[in-house]
Amino acid sequence: MSDDAIYPKTMTSRRSFLGAGLALGGAALAKPALAGDGEAAILEKQDWTQYLGDGVDARPYGHPSEFEKNVVRRNVSWLTADPISSVNFTPLHDLDGIITPNGLCFERHHAGIAEVDPAQHRLMINGLVEKPLVFTMADIMRFPRENRIYFLECAANSGMEWRGAQLNGCQFTHGMIHNVMYTGVPLKLLLQEAGVKTNGKWVMPEGADASVMTRSVPLGKAMQDCLVAFKMNGEALRPEQGYPLRLVVPGWEGNMWVKWLRRLEIGDEPWHHREETSKYTDLLENGKARRFTWEMDAKSVITNPSPQAPLLHKKGQTVITGVAWSGRGTIDRVDVSIDGGRNWKTARIDGPSFDKSMHRFYYDFDWDGSPLLLQSRAMDSTGYVQPTKKQLRVERGTNSIYHNNGIQTWHVKANGEVENVEVS
Amino acid sequence: MSKYLRIAIMAWTAIFIVTPALAGKFNLGRGATEAEVAAWDIDVRPDGKGLPDGKGTVAEGEVIYTEKCASCHGVFGEGIDRWPVLAGGHDSLKSERPVKTIGSYWPFLSTVFDYVNRAMPFGQAGSLEADEVYAITAYLLNLNDLVDSEFELSKQNFVKIRLPNETNFIADTRPDTPIIAEGEEPCMTGCKPGPVKVTGTARVLDVTPAGDKDKSDSLD
Ligand code: HEC
Repeated sequence: MSDDAIYPKTMTSRRSFLGAGLALGGAALAKPALAGDGEAAILEKQDWTQYLGDGVDARPYGHPSEFEKNVVRRNVSWLTADPISSVNFTPLHDLDGIITPNGLCFERHHAGIAEVDPAQHRLMINGLVEKPLVFTMADIMRFPRENRIYFLECAANSGMEWRGAQLNGCQFTHGMIHNVMYTGVPLKLLLQEAGVKTNGKWVMPEGADASVMTRSVPLGKAMQDCLVAFKMNGEALRPEQGYPLRLVVPGWEGNMWVKWLRRLEIGDEPWHHREETSKYTDLLENGKARRFTWEMDAKSVITNPSPQAPLLHKKGQTVITGVAWSGRGTIDRVDVSIDGGRNWKTARIDGPSFDKSMHRFYYDFDWDGSPLLLQSRAMDSTGYVQPTKKQLRVERGTNSIYHNNGIQTWHVKANGEVENVEVS
Repeated sequence: MSKYLRIAIMAWTAIFIVTPALAGKFNLGRGATEAEVAAWDIDVRPDGKGLPDGKGTVAEGEVIYTEKCASCHGVFGEGIDRWPVLAGGHDSLKSERPVKTIGSYWPFLSTVFDYVNRAMPFGQAGSLEADEVYAITAYLLNLNDLVDSEFELSKQNFVKIRLPNETNFIADTRPDTPIIAEGEEPCMTGCKPGPVKVTGTARVLDVTPAGDKDKSDSLD
């Protein structure tokens, strides 16, 4: 955790956490005391109201305000052996709406960030096709394009929480997700260009990075809604998101969205490669393991308040907000509980509701200042209801790592501090 | 049928059969050469499809493994620090702390060959010769007590080797928790019997970055 000097102690020490929390939110957001005629913020002239700022030539590529410098991806160093094959987390508690800014989209790569020269990048289609083809980036840009907003969630998101509450912050418990508008070419058009033979049943996307990532994708999904994307939120993919080309597999686990996409092979059988055998299979209590668990189940989490975003304003009008998503469709409703799941109120979904995209919800209420056990529960367009962690453990035990979409509980204390807890 | 029509049909057929690139309607991209396909098409399947010619013994594998792999994965495949464990873990899958290795968990040997060949050693992907990959794969079988030290693995005997956990993989049976029928809603009031209690906190289960964490809690 070298990039976040202000944060690492929160993992070890409660006191330093509160310190960090107050330093972050407290200074900027706590109610300032009125002295004499009024607030200095109004009575005294601010520098920015008096002096000139930077010109249009100062920031050719804009960046956030210096006051937002704590809004960054963070990693947890002990999770993996090496930051080259590791993961960092989206700061969900600092975001609103449904779009994740490009620089904050969590990263997971297996051999570091490949820096690919687009002029040297090629996409090959081979295997059970009429004619193996090679495309340059310029070729790909000549196919008809689509724009789609989709969430990408790592199947291991919340994976550290199977045995019990572990990490204090929705960035760490739920931050292996981002929601982005992709511009790309339907995979179907590329495959049709090569002509898939009738015995072709599976597609194997392969990355150009040093992990040469591969997965087996059933042809039906490939032809249905997969995209080969080159833009995210309007601009070129970021290197860490697969520049210049990545696969988009809507609603399915992030590992399948192969980055730095260089090859698509068509076959009649799945490949059973490392990322669909050793990894991304879900070990159950009886020793059996589910494989090809592609779909991401409906899930939600309250992002504010949460351990990294305490409720510092004390009692009164309070905004609870969070995000919900489902790999099987749209989110029909999100319910919020303030008493640990005994009683529920339906939250307000605001902003666009797209298929397999994040939804933003709000629950506005008058907090009486007493401790809260906050939960959110999503229900998707198929009627699937986000389960409790207990329900999941009964079905799967605690060793399946992946696909933990259980209901999250945050304990808001009277002093506004928030903690990741498990409840009865 | 008129002569001209027949010629026209033959010409069309010829276009579609002889140059099927025109199957695509955009006529974009170019044909991949055989050498290009061979350069990238290295994937191996459980049925042996994709295996290159070659062979290697356990003894040869031990030499290469010790030199190129043991610094991370350990002399016995036990994994140094948090680097992946490659051997052992037998009968651990139902235990509190499963150890998932090639011997205890992986369903197919082809995955070992394919993965080592494409991605290892970490930082020098694709640097191993086919014979070296056969030898390392043989050695990894030996480290997992699946073949004796005299064993030689080759393209010919490859698919005869089965891993012990192959039959323990099942189809996805989700959704495995309740779905609400149309028009109904989930429980909204009195959904739990009494006041809800905190049963565990991140503080109690908190984990220190000190590095002595049990490996099975890691992510990858
Ligand atoms: C510098 C350290 C390092 C060296 C040297 C190394 N590996 Fe690895 N190995 C790794 C890492 C890191 C991973 C996991 C990569 C990832 O996250 O995708 C890995 C993964 C593996 C896996 C898959 C493990 C699993 O459980 O899924 C196998 C098999 C493997 N390595 C074999 C080898 C072999 C064989 C060699 C020598 C030719 C080798 N490795 C050399 C670091 C190393």
